Amino acid sequence: MSQGPIRFYLDGAHVEAGEGESIWDVARRVGTSIPHLCHSGRSGYRSDGNCRACMVEIEGERVLAASCVRQPTPDMKVHTQTDRASDARKLVFELLMADQPEREQAHDPESEFWQWSDKIGLAASRFTSRPVVPPDQSHVAMGVFLDSCIHCNLCVRACREVQVNDVIGMAGRGHGSKIVFDFDDPMGDSTCVACGECVQACPTGALVEKSLVDEQGRAWARELKNVDSICPYCGVGCQVTYQVADDHIVAVQGRDGPANKERLCVKGRFGLDYLRHPHRLTRPLIRREDAPKDAAGYVDPSNPLSHFREASWEEALHRAASGLAGIRDEHGGRALAGFGSAKGSNEEAFLFQKLVRTGFGSNNVDHCTRLCHASSVAALLEGIGSGAVTAPFTAVAEADVIIVIGANPTENHPVAATFFKQAVKAGAKLIVMDPRGTALKRHATHVLQFTPGSDVAMLNAIINVIISENLWDGDYVARHTEGFENLRQRVREFTPEAMAPICGIEAERLREVARCYAGAGAGIIFWGMGISQHSHGTDNARCLIALASITGHIGRPGTGLHPLRGQNNVQGASDAGLIPMFFPDYQAVDGDDPRARFEDAWGTSLDPQRGLTVVEIMGAIHAGEIRGMYIMGENPAMSDPDVQHARRALATLEHLVVQDLFMTETAFHADVVLPASAWPEKEGTVTNTNRQVQLGRAALDPPGEAKQDWWIIQELARGLGLDWNYTHPRDVFAEMGSLMPSLAHISWERLEKEGFVTYPCPAEDQPGTDIVFGDGFPREGGRALLVPAVPTSPAEVPDAEYPLVLTTGRQLEHWHTGTMTRRTAVLDELEPEAVASLSARQLQVLGAEPGGRIRVTTRRGEIELTARCDNSVPDGAVFIAFCYAEAAVNKLTNPVLDPYGKIPEFKYCACKVDVLAES
Amino acid sequence: MTVRETRGANRGHPGSSKKKTRVAPRGRQVQAGCREELDRLLGSEPSRRDMLIEYLHVIQDHYGYLSVAHMAALAERMKLAQAEVYEVATFYAHFTIVKEDQSPPPAITLRVCDSPSCEMAGATSLATQLETSFAGQVRVVRAPCMGRCDTAPVVAVNQRHIDHANVQRVTHAVEQRQLTPKIPTYVGFESYREQGGYQLLGQCLAGERSPGEIIQALKHASLRGLGGAGFPTGTKWEVVRSYPGPRYVAVNADEGEPGTFKDRFHLERDPHRMLEGALLASWVVQADTLYIYLRDEYPAIRKILLAEIEALREAGLSSHVKVELRRGAGAYICGEESAMLESIEGKRALPRHRPPYVAERGLFDCPTLVNNVETLHWVRDIVERGPEWFAGHGRNGAKGLRSYSVSGRVNSPGVKLAPAGITARQLLDEYCEGMLPGHRFRAYLPGGASGGILPESKADLPLDFGSLAAEDCFVGSHAVVIVSDQDDLRGIALNLMRFFEHESCGQCTPCRVGTEKAVALMQEKQWNRQLLEELAVVMADASICGLGQAAPNPLLCTLRYFPEEFES
Repeated sequence: MSQGPIRFYLDGAHVEAGEGESIWDVARRVGTSIPHLCHSGRSGYRSDGNCRACMVEIEGERVLAASCVRQPTPDMKVHTQTDRASDARKLVFELLMADQPEREQAHDPESEFWQWSDKIGLAASRFTSRPVVPPDQSHVAMGVFLDSCIHCNLCVRACREVQVNDVIGMAGRGHGSKIVFDFDDPMGDSTCVACGECVQACPTGALVEKSLVDEQGRAWARELKNVDSICPYCGVGCQVTYQVADDHIVAVQGRDGPANKERLCVKGRFGLDYLRHPHRLTRPLIRREDAPKDAAGYVDPSNPLSHFREASWEEALHRAASGLAGIRDEHGGRALAGFGSAKGSNEEAFLFQKLVRTGFGSNNVDHCTRLCHASSVAALLEGIGSGAVTAPFTAVAEADVIIVIGANPTENHPVAATFFKQAVKAGAKLIVMDPRGTALKRHATHVLQFTPGSDVAMLNAIINVIISENLWDGDYVARHTEGFENLRQRVREFTPEAMAPICGIEAERLREVARCYAGAGAGIIFWGMGISQHSHGTDNARCLIALASITGHIGRPGTGLHPLRGQNNVQGASDAGLIPMFFPDYQAVDGDDPRARFEDAWGTSLDPQRGLTVVEIMGAIHAGEIRGMYIMGENPAMSDPDVQHARRALATLEHLVVQDLFMTETAFHADVVLPASAWPEKEGTVTNTNRQVQLGRAALDPPGEAKQDWWIIQELARGLGLDWNYTHPRDVFAEMGSLMPSLAHISWERLEKEGFVTYPCPAEDQPGTDIVFGDGFPREGGRALLVPAVPTSPAEVPDAEYPLVLTTGRQLEHWHTGTMTRRTAVLDELEPEAVASLSARQLQVLGAEPGGRIRVTTRRGEIELTARCDNSVPDGAVFIAFCYAEAAVNKLTNPVLDPYGKIPEFKYCACKVDVLAES
Repeated sequence: MTVRETRGANRGHPGSSKKKTRVAPRGRQVQAGCREELDRLLGSEPSRRDMLIEYLHVIQDHYGYLSVAHMAALAERMKLAQAEVYEVATFYAHFTIVKEDQSPPPAITLRVCDSPSCEMAGATSLATQLETSFAGQVRVVRAPCMGRCDTAPVVAVNQRHIDHANVQRVTHAVEQRQLTPKIPTYVGFESYREQGGYQLLGQCLAGERSPGEIIQALKHASLRGLGGAGFPTGTKWEVVRSYPGPRYVAVNADEGEPGTFKDRFHLERDPHRMLEGALLASWVVQADTLYIYLRDEYPAIRKILLAEIEALREAGLSSHVKVELRRGAGAYICGEESAMLESIEGKRALPRHRPPYVAERGLFDCPTLVNNVETLHWVRDIVERGPEWFAGHGRNGAKGLRSYSVSGRVNSPGVKLAPAGITARQLLDEYCEGMLPGHRFRAYLPGGASGGILPESKADLPLDFGSLAAEDCFVGSHAVVIVSDQDDLRGIALNLMRFFEHESCGQCTPCRVGTEKAVALMQEKQWNRQLLEELAVVMADASICGLGQAAPNPLLCTLRYFPEEFES
């Protein structure tokens, strides 16, 4: 019903309203200020028109109209400044002010409410106030002060419509109505996931960050400095504004970034105080002579001087570089290896791999991508010629059918999950496939809780239905794929009926789901570690690629393949070449052309042999082939499978240099520990899961003598004899641009101006391309390769001795190995101790109590921790997050690798559980 | 900025919290057994979002209250947020929520009617006596108008209404466990049909009449919406019919305007007239579903309608439209048409912004015809007897018949079928046998709680739509409450403002906060006239719906017409 702009009169002047624009929108556009409280004007927030602060007069109408919800009609005569309208607006404020605490006592004296009151010249109310409502201080991060609540409903919209976390409601009626959490429970006891969207939306300070008020809830009087940057945690890459006071980040606000639209999650909003945790390393450390390395050793992070002594940077750098150089010179470059970091910037990742390749002289460089999406990347490179996503997750807005498989985005990509949930609210169908019941389940149209490890069987059955029922896109297959006949032959035997007993999903349900996805106008697939972290992870991803390819769900709006990347910069670090097989931009190290190009650029010869991967490196240490390592911002002593094996390897090294923020479990085994900078202390670029290259800015300086990582890498490079002279990350970015076609038309200056650019980008003055491969794939011949997969069992299945399945992963509040998040007050308080989740029935079978202590044992080790009753975990399984040092679940995991991606099978091994007597 | 204690001791991990971990996922978990209990109560059919209020009724009817355990299970079953269930349950006055640490209410609740007529008839002292006499054994609450003003004071003992209530009668009902509604004698399906009922509908369904013909008849009869707004009915049907489908019809049987009981009167005597009218409307607008939204205060009518709708179904007279009877849960605001639609959708009854109007975007965002019970009641007669018959009634230039609900200090209160445009004095003298002995006619409410209060000197104005506009009053649902020299006018104005305060949905500031502040100001010995008037203007001008816009009417009238109330 688009009918072009609507011309009407605003205060006598002719104005035009575009489609969907309200009177308020037009007024703002033309510079007429109309007060507003319940209308936020922010993206994703529906106007509600309830506060009546924005009333205007419309000629010919009996009563005033709320300008925020009113669409103009042709020739309508609107008056914003009549006495009638402004008196009404002012009295609305006066009514609300009557019930507010005095401004001196306010939870936010600079809230929108008080700012508007100033503007309309209202300082006091003639009405008497209602009885004071007691505060709810039950939540560790947020205070609920309903004495300031104006019932504007913004927090309800924030919670239910924007974040779709569905916790907040407006209960009761009339003047007795009240903001509630769940069933009017204390916020801290409710299902609140602490995304803080409500706090960000509240126009009065009724919901406020505790860090901004004193114990009585009064705002601290202090200036906040705002620094625009990016969140340090996950691959979503939320744009944030850090609010700084007294050398601390005291609050974080979401900015209108392409991936977050001002939204954040609990980590990004409340998890930044690790920066000033007393454990921060502030001086270089050198291992004490009297502190021998011990695989089982423990160094108290608050007192590393038991094992280390402080040293000057000069001494520490010399020691670090000379140790590495000595091994290189004596045993060759392949006796050294480096783990770079997906938590640093692109520039740091680039320098790190360049250091290993040109300074060590080998390709033994890898990072945690090996542990998360290596198999996905292997399958994607093989199938479609590119390891990155084909569409951003925000493409769900245009999708009819969304598949989320082996991913738990509400915990691990919470802000991405908000877009999924919104899409469902807007009418999209959601298919959730996961052995565990995830929080998305409630929003799903179809839920397939399949037998752990049976991904290929289930997906093959779905492919089988699509082919046998002729639901595939013949035209797309003919034009854009190869290998279809082979696929058709190979999946013929995998009928739903044959696969149902294996995957535990009835044949008819498999058919329904196949028809639903294949029949969609636009279908999109998201996956996570549940797909990749298997010994058949590459096969899992191949099935997904085949599924999307035969249905033509790639390259159009609302379609695509999207492995949800984990770390804030795992995409960028991989792109930058922090991988043993590839130079930057996935140019093969064993290809002559690319190698020549890099040799040329770097003025040195490069090792033509692929390097070793993360887990292979640990093996090579045990084999005596690798003798020295440089590890920056990674914690393999927690994150590797069968971690005792990894710790023994680390303790065996002749020389280990660790560069980190804290005395990590990896640093326990170091010879030299170099104090590094945290992301919010840096300037640099990061690339999120959507291929959006974004610029981060420093909010704080590194504490003490801690240094910028790029500077440390450069100093080590110099110590290894390289002649590096970078003066700023922008110099590095310029070099990257010259060697990486993916970064074409993305300059540092452009990023400073625009904040982000998506790659690939066609021109300096054009936005990047969100959806790629509409016209073919970057493979020889331009077609996607369909690779059939055969169902295989996980490597270690339950038996009489180890009857349960152990699966590992992450949880909302803790980041990976817990190095950062266990050092933030809010997150540590929300998830304070190691916990194993089991179903109620499983606990009963074991005779265990929720909250009781249990021992979980596998063939590789045992840990003791607290049991949690969680019915989202299927019977017969145990779920444990790998963030808990006191019960490191990777002591138990199986180091068996996927043959292509070399990723370990973190998602599946056999275990047993014993109940421990209460101590 | 929190500086935390970090233990030097070897904890084996970097955390500092001394808390224990949660033993279950965040928030309230569904208790074992509750799912199965709901399965038994609600059956195995897939849940429907719009049925939330109906489900809550089923649970409360069974257990006597809503436990949070059952609400948590219901939320899970319906895939709703817990808060979503809670906010709906707490919006409606008839639901009683019992949290883990609360004890269930007594099995019997006495609701003492709070309407002006009951108040005048001594409801407040009756409530006090009942509280004393039943101390703790039953729950005594005040409740808004129950639509029985002609038999004031009224007390509901669970679902049994006691007319002309006193302690003795209420005690009798409690002791005899008379807790269910008494079904009045009414014209049932067979008798209605024997008297010529459903011939018109039959002709329409058989194609012997055209929708245009029906619409024309309604137009010629000048039938207007008798819920209170007075919108021309024929035009409304025509407009709804003109929008693309699916379309719905919703019958507003949420008669809640204090002083109004005409819809109850008709439904308890001759329910099929409304039903035939509604089925005709559904046929004319080609509705997908016909919803009848009945207030929970009319349990007898609920039983009647359930039985009669079933009889219609069996007789094949409703095969052209699905018919659903929906049950309110104690919220006056549901009488506001868009709020009622929200309630039919299973939500809190928050009135919607206009435009769009419900005729274009109503129930489930589809074109919806909303008609009041009495409006539909007249449709058959108008078509069968001819529009002239209906339009032939009327005085003072008004056209049609009206059902005036008359209560207060009159000898013969009740529903009076009288010509539109009759005056209050004529109603009193010709239909109500004059004032009660010892009472002098002093003032009257022309349109329930919302229509304002007029002095006896204005008792010769015609009572019809628009005819009281010069006095800033309106006739609305035609509920006339007669006030005498023995009544406390300021008290009545305060009673009405408290009613609006209690029934405000709370959505918009002028109404939610305005009614509360107005009550506070009106409780003062000395009224702050200037502030009250300023407030009244903004409530009338800036509230979202008619409730808030009309709420200041009694207040303003009291200030304007009864200056003697403010002489010290």
